[in-house]
This record gives sequence, C-alpha cells and structure tokens, in this order.
Amino acid sequence: MENDLSVKNVTKKFNEFIAVDSVSFDIARGDFFSILGPSGCGKTTLLRMIAGFESHTEGKIEIRGQDMENIVPNKRPVNMVFQHLALFPMMNVAENVAFGLKRRGMNRSEVEPRVKSMLERVGLPGFEEKQVNQLSGGQKQRVAIARSLILEPAVLLLDEPLGALDLKLREHMKVELKKLQEEIGTTFMYITHDQSEALVMSDYIAVMNKGRFEQIDTPNNLYNHPSTTFVAQFVGENNAWSGTLTRSDGKTAEIKTTDGNAFKVDANDTITEGSKIDLFLRPEALLIQPDPSLKDVNRFDTVVTSILFDGASSRLLVTPINTKKEIIVALPQNRQYDHIRPKDKIELGWSENAGIYFAKDNLL
Amino acid sequence: MKTHQKWGFYIFLMPVILWLVLLIVLPHIDLLIMSFRSESDYGELSWGVANYREFFDEPIYWFTFVRTAIYSIIVTFLTLIIGLPVAFYITKVAAVKYKGPLTLLVLLPFWVSELVRVYGWMILLRESGVINHFLVKLGILNKPIEMLYNDASMIMGLVYTTMLFMIVPLISVLDGLEDELIEAAFDLGANVRSVVFKIIIPYATPGIVSGSIVVFMLTLGNYLTPNLMGGKNSLWFTEQIYNQFIASFNWNQGSAFGFLLLILSSLIIWFGLKISKQNLSKVVQ
Repeated sequence: MENDLSVKNVTKKFNEFIAVDSVSFDIARGDFFSILGPSGCGKTTLLRMIAGFESHTEGKIEIRGQDMENIVPNKRPVNMVFQHLALFPMMNVAENVAFGLKRRGMNRSEVEPRVKSMLERVGLPGFEEKQVNQLSGGQKQRVAIARSLILEPAVLLLDEPLGALDLKLREHMKVELKKLQEEIGTTFMYITHDQSEALVMSDYIAVMNKGRFEQIDTPNNLYNHPSTTFVAQFVGENNAWSGTLTRSDGKTAEIKTTDGNAFKVDANDTITEGSKIDLFLRPEALLIQPDPSLKDVNRFDTVVTSILFDGASSRLLVTPINTKKEIIVALPQNRQYDHIRPKDKIELGWSENAGIYFAKDNLL
Repeated sequence: MKTHQKWGFYIFLMPVILWLVLLIVLPHIDLLIMSFRSESDYGELSWGVANYREFFDEPIYWFTFVRTAIYSIIVTFLTLIIGLPVAFYITKVAAVKYKGPLTLLVLLPFWVSELVRVYGWMILLRESGVINHFLVKLGILNKPIEMLYNDASMIMGLVYTTMLFMIVPLISVLDGLEDELIEAAFDLGANVRSVVFKIIIPYATPGIVSGSIVVFMLTLGNYLTPNLMGGKNSLWFTEQIYNQFIASFNWNQGSAFGFLLLILSSLIIWFGLKISKQNLSKVVQ
C-alpha cells in the first residue's frame, strides 16, 4: 500500500526546547491515523509542521512521496481542519466551501456543482446561502470538513476539531466523522488528547509524550498490549501497583507489591528477577467475588469505599485490606452486584494473564 | 414598579436629550432659518434661496467645495492605506508584550493639541526649517526651498492629524481576527494578495468604514491644518464659512455654506456606506 504521508526522524526545536523529538511514522492511503497525547506533548507542532506552518529543524516530511522541504502551506497537498474551525465569518457556507477552488482559479460554473455535491456528501444539502453564525456546532464542523475535502487533499489534518463541542454532540460527531472518512476514503490524520475519540475512530494511533512517540498501534493493541508505562496509564483507566519481581521461571512469575500483596503473572522475558516493576490492571479485568473454582486467579480482600454509579460505566472504589490504596473496579449493571454496599468486605480477583507490568521508570 | 422604571429611564435619558436639543438641534434650526434670510445693503430683510444661489453663481465657492470634498476623500483613502498595515502590525505581527506600548506610541502625539502638532510640522518643513537646513548642509540643495503651503504638505498634515482615528477602530476590529482564519486561508491555497483582499479587508470592513467616516468628517470640517499648512492657497471650504462669519460678517451666507457642507458630508457618507454594503448602526457599534 502506498503511503500518503511519511515522516522521517522529524525534530523541532524552539531554541533549547525540543518540542518534537525524532518522530517517524507512515500513514497508508485511506487510513484514519490519530496522534494521542496530553496537551503540550508536541502533537500540534507536529501537525503544523506537516501543514507547513512551522518548519522542522531536522528530518524529512514526504507527502505522496514528495519532499515538503521549502514548500509553503498554500502549495502543499494537505488541508487542515482547525481547532476552532476557522470558518470565514464574512462569507456564507457556499463561499466558505468554494474558497479553495476559487483560489485555484476555477470558474464559477465549475465551482458551483462541486460545492453542491460536497455539501450533500457531508449531509448539508441546501445550506449554500446560510451564514456561518446560523449554523449549529455540528454543522460548522461539517462545513469546515467540506471546505477542506473539496480540494481533495492527500491527507486531511484535523486539529482536535471536536474539542469545542458539548459532550453529546462530540459522541455523535465521533461516529459521524468515522463514517464520513470510510465513505470518502481520504486519509485522515487526527490529533487529540481525548483517548476515546482516538480509540473509536482510528485505524492506527500513535501515543505521543514529551515530543516522542511511545507506541504506534491499532486501538485494540494499544489498549490490551500497551508497550510502555505511559501508554498503559494514558490510554484507558488503569490501577497501578509498584512492586518487585521476586521469581520468574520463564512461564510464570511472582510479584510482591510494596503494600505486601503477592500476585502471580505470566512471565515476561525482558524483566529479570529482583527488578522493580509497575503493575497495571484494567478496571474491567478485576472480577468481583470470583467463583472459588476458577483457576489461575489472583485473589485479595478489599473494603468498598464507595459506589460510583454512572450507568453502563459504573465503578466501585475499593481499598485492599491493610493498604491505603484506592482501586477502581468496573461494576457491571446486570443486577448481580446490587447487594454491594459501601464498607462491605468483598473479594476481588484477576486472571494471571490480565496483569501488565513494566520495569520501573520514573513515571510513578 | 412599572412607572418607576419608566421615570428612571427618562431621568437617565434627559442629559442626552438636552444635549441633542440645546446644542445640536436648536443651533441648526437657527442656522437653517438664517441661511434663507438675506439682508440688503440697506438692512432690509428678505427671505429666499439667494444665499444658496450665490454659492452656485460664484465659481470660486463651488470650486472650493468640490476641491474640499475630493481632497477629503483622498486624505481618508491615504489614512486607510497607511493605517491598515500599522494596525495589522500592532495586532497581529508584533509580540503581544509590545502591543500596548505600540498603541501608546500611536496615541502619544494626540496628547498635545492639533495646533502644536501642526506647528511641529511647520518647524520641520518651512524655508528656514530643520529639513531644509540639513539638505543644504549636506549639499543636496543649493538654497532652501519652501516645502510648506502646497497641496502635498497640506494633505500630509491632514493625514497625520487624523491617523489616530483610523488606527484605533482598525486595531479594535483586527484584534478579533483570529490567526487561525489567516492560516486557514493559506492552507486552502490563498496567496498573500487574496488573504489581504478576501480575508483581512472584508473582516476589517466595519472598522474601516467607521474609521473612514470619522476621518472624512474631521478632514472635511478641519480648519486649522489646511489653513496653517496649506496657507492662503489651501482653498478649504471651512475657510469660506469662516470668512463669511468673521470677515464679511455675513452670517446668512455662512449658514447657507454650513448647510451645504453638512449635506455634502451626509451624501458622501451615505454613498460610502452603500458601496461598502454596511449600515450606520452596525458600523458605530
């Protein structure tokens, strides 16, 4: 598969500060690629370098095999959907969408049918004469996307465009954007700090931290097999324990946590006996009152601190006995656990293969 | 409660109404009445449009009138051409921390009166002035030349004295222009020219129009600067009005001229609003 965008060892320095540190990745044609990272991790800088608004200090950016060095933003085959959308307030919807085509010197008779069909594709038929300030948040979003897509860019760059929307609309637009991308087939590069946006929409996600990529993977792998401590903590919720790997025989290993619990886990060949580790457990990996007959399950007793009811994503907050730690446990709303009350003592368990652990770094 | 609020409303409205009626409406009514009154050499009163006819019969009057209008438009246009880049630089290009000081620099000359500012220019430009002194010293000129009292120096003076009134509304309107908008235009393939003409100028139109109205009216009604920097050749219409009132003591004629100037400025502003597709209430906001 041909790559629409290829970034090789790109570095950006602002004086002494390294905003983007030797980042490399490729986006295949038609992919929805997200960069996920906390604010200030350099993801916007990276996007702006691809769009041409910033120059890179080192490395190479290629769009459809063409080196972008010294090519100004208005000559690059990429278009950007801005964080605040940047629709032109003095123009109506049709003029906004037609802006790019007119700059290419296309005449009116060619522009009009294209604008019309583009607006139909984004679900805004007949909106040509509307003023920008008459549109709702979601409609503005679609106009901004239409305005870029009409130029048939090699890659559409999206800079957290859902950030300004309210929760309900954001959830809705997430699905809509994904569908639109599949339908149109344009390569999308999306940056966000919202892991749910990235997980739902993307084919591939790069997790970025302090200017570097921690992991590039499918959403599923990122969630289930994070490769670094940062990814484990940043993507999805996780309960973390510090501890030491006390024994490893190549197949199973034993971990003693700093608060005195002993757990069995699957062995990991890169970590040797005696090394300090961080252990992560997903809230949904923790079983409430596991059946005594289940094998290969780590069990420990806890006291319920509180019940956080939130519909399908309800949670239990529990404290393992003899510790001050707080653990989040997914609480399925299937009426099976309705009897649980705060201050109850309950047993928790987790399957030995559900624990993810990494040699300790200084994050915790 | 309702009547209470109503009374409160009228009490706060009172100063505005008084100001409008006493200082603007009444004098204008008086002027309007005077403009239709003529006194013969023997002091006999008569009514009619003689004062207005006098204006059209005497070429010097309407020549001055047209000249004043055209020059005012030129001055407004020049002020805009200089003011727009300055305002854009202050709001968008300069670092945020310099924005305040730069705006202050624009404002600073206006802390002294127009008279002082114009004298400043006269010191620079006159035959024995600073510029001539240096040009002669450097050997560029053999003998000093008179740089004052021509149309160019008068226009320059008018542009200078009104610049602030263009820059301030432009700064306030351009402040609201998000950088993203300009970047988006570039991203969509616009070049510098189309960014200026399709994005910046349309966005700034309300500021441009309100700045232009103020500058135009101030220029049209300016007396000091044309008189001092343009000298006797300046032929500014306000001088004609002044002459009628003060020199000829012909208040009736002066009133008619005043009204003609009012009609002229209203017409030109109305026309300007029409072609820029703005309306007055939007512009003055």
